[in-house]
Amino acid sequence: MSRLPEQPGERIARHKQITFTFDGKQVKAYEGDTIGSALYAAGQRTFSRSFKYHRRRGLMCCAGQCPNCMVSVDGAPGARACTEPVRQGMQVEHLNARPSLEFDVMRATDLFGGPFTPPGFYYKTFIRPRRLWPLYEKVLRNAAGLGILREHQEEREWRTEYRRRHADVLVVGGGVAGMAAAAAAAERGADVVLVDEGPELGGRALIESDRQQLGRLVSAVKAGGVEVLTRACALAYFDGLVPVWQGDILHQVRARQVVFATGTIEQPLVFAGNDLPGIMLADGARRLAALYAVAPGNRAVVATTTDRGLHAALALERVGVQIAAVAQLRPDPGPVAEELSRRGIDVLAGYTVLEARGRKQVDGVVIGAVNGGAGERTIACDLILVSGGAMPASSLLLQAGAQTRYDDTRGHFALTDMPAAVFAAGEVIGFDEAELVERSGRLAGLDAVHALGRGDAESQAAAETVRAELSAGARSASVAVAPGVSGSDRGKCFACLCEDVTTKDIAYSIEEGYDSIELAKRYTTVTMGPCQGRMCQLPSVRLMAQQTGQSLGDVGTTTARPPWVSVPMGVLAGRPFEPAKRSSIHGRHRELNGSVKWAGDWRRPYDYGDPQGEALAVNRAAGVIDVSTLGKLLVQGPDAGAFLDRLYPNRFSNLKPGRIRYGVISSDAGRIVDDGTICRLDEETFYVTTTSSGAGAVEEWFSWWLADWGMRVHLTDLTQGLSAVNLAGPKAREIMARVTDLDCSNEAFPYLDGQQAPIAGVPCLILRIGFVGEVGYEIHFPSAHGEHVWDALLEAGSEFGIRPFGLEPQRILRLQKMHIIVGQDTDSESTPYGAAMSWIVKLDKEEDFIGKWALEHYAEEVPTTSLVGFTLADGHVPTEGSVVLDERGSPAGQVTSSRFSPVLRRVIGMAWVPTPLAHDGARITISDEGQTFSGEIQTQPFYDPAGEVLRS
Amino acid sequence: MSFLLTCPNCGVREVTDFAFGGEISSRPKARPSFRELNTYNYFRRNTAGVQREWWFHRSGCRAWFIAERNTTTQEVLFTALPGSEPEPAA
Repeated sequence: MSRLPEQPGERIARHKQITFTFDGKQVKAYEGDTIGSALYAAGQRTFSRSFKYHRRRGLMCCAGQCPNCMVSVDGAPGARACTEPVRQGMQVEHLNARPSLEFDVMRATDLFGGPFTPPGFYYKTFIRPRRLWPLYEKVLRNAAGLGILREHQEEREWRTEYRRRHADVLVVGGGVAGMAAAAAAAERGADVVLVDEGPELGGRALIESDRQQLGRLVSAVKAGGVEVLTRACALAYFDGLVPVWQGDILHQVRARQVVFATGTIEQPLVFAGNDLPGIMLADGARRLAALYAVAPGNRAVVATTTDRGLHAALALERVGVQIAAVAQLRPDPGPVAEELSRRGIDVLAGYTVLEARGRKQVDGVVIGAVNGGAGERTIACDLILVSGGAMPASSLLLQAGAQTRYDDTRGHFALTDMPAAVFAAGEVIGFDEAELVERSGRLAGLDAVHALGRGDAESQAAAETVRAELSAGARSASVAVAPGVSGSDRGKCFACLCEDVTTKDIAYSIEEGYDSIELAKRYTTVTMGPCQGRMCQLPSVRLMAQQTGQSLGDVGTTTARPPWVSVPMGVLAGRPFEPAKRSSIHGRHRELNGSVKWAGDWRRPYDYGDPQGEALAVNRAAGVIDVSTLGKLLVQGPDAGAFLDRLYPNRFSNLKPGRIRYGVISSDAGRIVDDGTICRLDEETFYVTTTSSGAGAVEEWFSWWLADWGMRVHLTDLTQGLSAVNLAGPKAREIMARVTDLDCSNEAFPYLDGQQAPIAGVPCLILRIGFVGEVGYEIHFPSAHGEHVWDALLEAGSEFGIRPFGLEPQRILRLQKMHIIVGQDTDSESTPYGAAMSWIVKLDKEEDFIGKWALEHYAEEVPTTSLVGFTLADGHVPTEGSVVLDERGSPAGQVTSSRFSPVLRRVIGMAWVPTPLAHDGARITISDEGQTFSGEIQTQPFYDPAGEVLRS
Repeated sequence: MSFLLTCPNCGVREVTDFAFGGEISSRPKARPSFRELNTYNYFRRNTAGVQREWWFHRSGCRAWFIAERNTTTQEVLFTALPGSEPEPAA
């Protein structure tokens, strides 16, 4: 391993060695290294193969900004080697190269495929013959991509979490400006959160050898009690909510004021071969040297539009890198260039890079005059440092509503208007001298405090002083605007490294008519790769301006959208969380080997192993089912009856206490919403049951109308507090006699009566309803007694042949009676008229009720389709959802329920059929998976059509 | 969409605590024409700006209340239980 001598701010711990593997080979590293710094120190120069042409790519930004060093870590693709810290034993592998990173057969697309692979080539070239597309797609998908996800992943090792954080001030960016802002706000009592992508605060200041300012600000942040989140990326700005991804945690930070001190992104230059390993951004090379003590090269040529590249040349020269030449795109040298000249470094003003040379990595560079004049020079080197200006990292600010305008003197898009509750500080708004950056940070911190309504005369005065200092100190740094491209006749020039978009591709797309930046983006995919435009937005805008003759301001930028940082889906998903509801009797269902499945939010037994036998037991002897999942609402108050009259199409105010009535809830559009039974307990109290799946919605529906109408009614949701079981069958009455003193004779307790009495010592509300078509008692009681009541009924019924039954036999039994299941037999378009329940609608009610007007309308219309029963002769049970065909063989309806009835010994079902066919004896044709079946319509219940059993 | 909402019963909560009930519409007082009925059932003003709307504190006290909100900025101007909201500005 070749390392520089100890650097002042280095992160590595030289006494702690770590080993990991890269493509199976052992690599030595120090604690504090990143995968990238360790591999680079070990001599690795190729880190990845590009997306389309499979060209070699090496470290470039060393800040997690560009796509060049993406690797997979322990099988998970998408990690950036340059920022991912090393861990003992980690397994790092390259992406997107076969068979190996060093020898990639798909490189052929680069060498021979250029003219055949323009933008969108995969849709143009591979479109015919159409039937081969699946094959093409497979090949293309294998050739491109950013790694392979494991198809089957074991139980995830990590559990991502959400954390909600409410703060006074959030500061995004932990560089000099961000630290100054956080400290200024915290010193004045604000609750401040400071987030930064890096492992430590400091931002760009970390690469400076003078660490005095850095140390002072870090101490101030600490002293102010700021919550610092490191290795934490702000992903987006959603109306004041900033999601911050930190490892396994997604912090949802909502701050009253947000300060963005997101800095700038150093831009590459576009020239022939500008993607060759050995070409680095100036600051990237500095980071390698300063933070990890790794020499980025031996002999370097620098090309820069600003002082940033010149400072890099000085810094690298100091650590022993030979600077062969500096091409500075500005025509005037400036003071830093003079310093370089004094040190014997050749500074060529008005020069830029035309071409990078080398096969596997840089071995030389051709530089020439920016304006294309004579004086081209070829220089041997193993490192090319480029610095094409600093683009404000303004994406989050733009998401917050800030505006940008092209700034000619700076050569980039500068922020103009700031929305409320948002402040910006530091390099992102154009300050680039350390002292001014700190002041602008302090000002943003003070402004945020004042926007909170805090601060005092002293802080106001301090803010005004800083504001004045800033406007006095602000001056435009001398920058050169980089040309769109140089040396384009010498080889491929990449505008976008992520998606392998060359400058020719952009020209090509403009020729094809995609002449706005938003269109060119979608057509060429420039700015759509993992860097999200960090490296390619500005270059592609420049190219477009150059090609179309527009100004950069007129070309504009693409819309900034979340996420700003590529983030694992698992982090956005949070912790897998699927709550289940279980009734108080659930343990018994388990003991009875019930096949428990999901039913909405509930876990319910579908059967106990013998659905047909269980159904038959109910028809022949007795059965008991857990119906605790039913919604149960208590509606109380002087207006309770009138309230229900307005909610249901039928009447409840005239229901006698102790009596039960069935009701269907309709929407104002006349559609069926839910159904259930209502028992009047006394003059002012109604007990309303709803479907299991509709329980929550009906409670919301009731309370919404109540809020609107303001009637004297009180609603109590008893769904969770009460359990319920339904005891039914010819022997039900005899079983009841064993568990209660209540007179259950048909005279004393007739059909549709509700009575209150103890069962097995537990106070119960007993509803005699026709739930499954036999004499039945629906028993409601406090949940705590669930197992006790269940056990008592099974025990009392054992000599009569009672069986517990699940949801599936219940479906059979209800179908025998043509009892509709809302949501199964009806959908959001079903009206009571279509569902053959016109009897439930009382249009003669004087009062208004929900759905009245729509139902009045539908009462006069013949529905297109109607819900009816049918039987099938040949024993086939059609799939639910099978199509009902009309006489011409066209789809005209569908089967909603179908079962084999053990008591009737035939196939029965319900279906929506064309209304002209909705009469007894009509024949319908059902198409089920390619076969057709002939059924016969029946409009009255299959079992006990007159309801004599029910009332007996 | 993301903002804070003040439940009149419980106080300030994340918007994800609540269910949205839509803009406040007025149910026809007298028998509407079929067109008026369909307009009431299916058409929304979809205001880009300040509107009054229903909210339900689903993960809290389960009360319905009224909020006035700017749909473009997510600024909530007031929340109130029905009956205690200020008169709408003319």
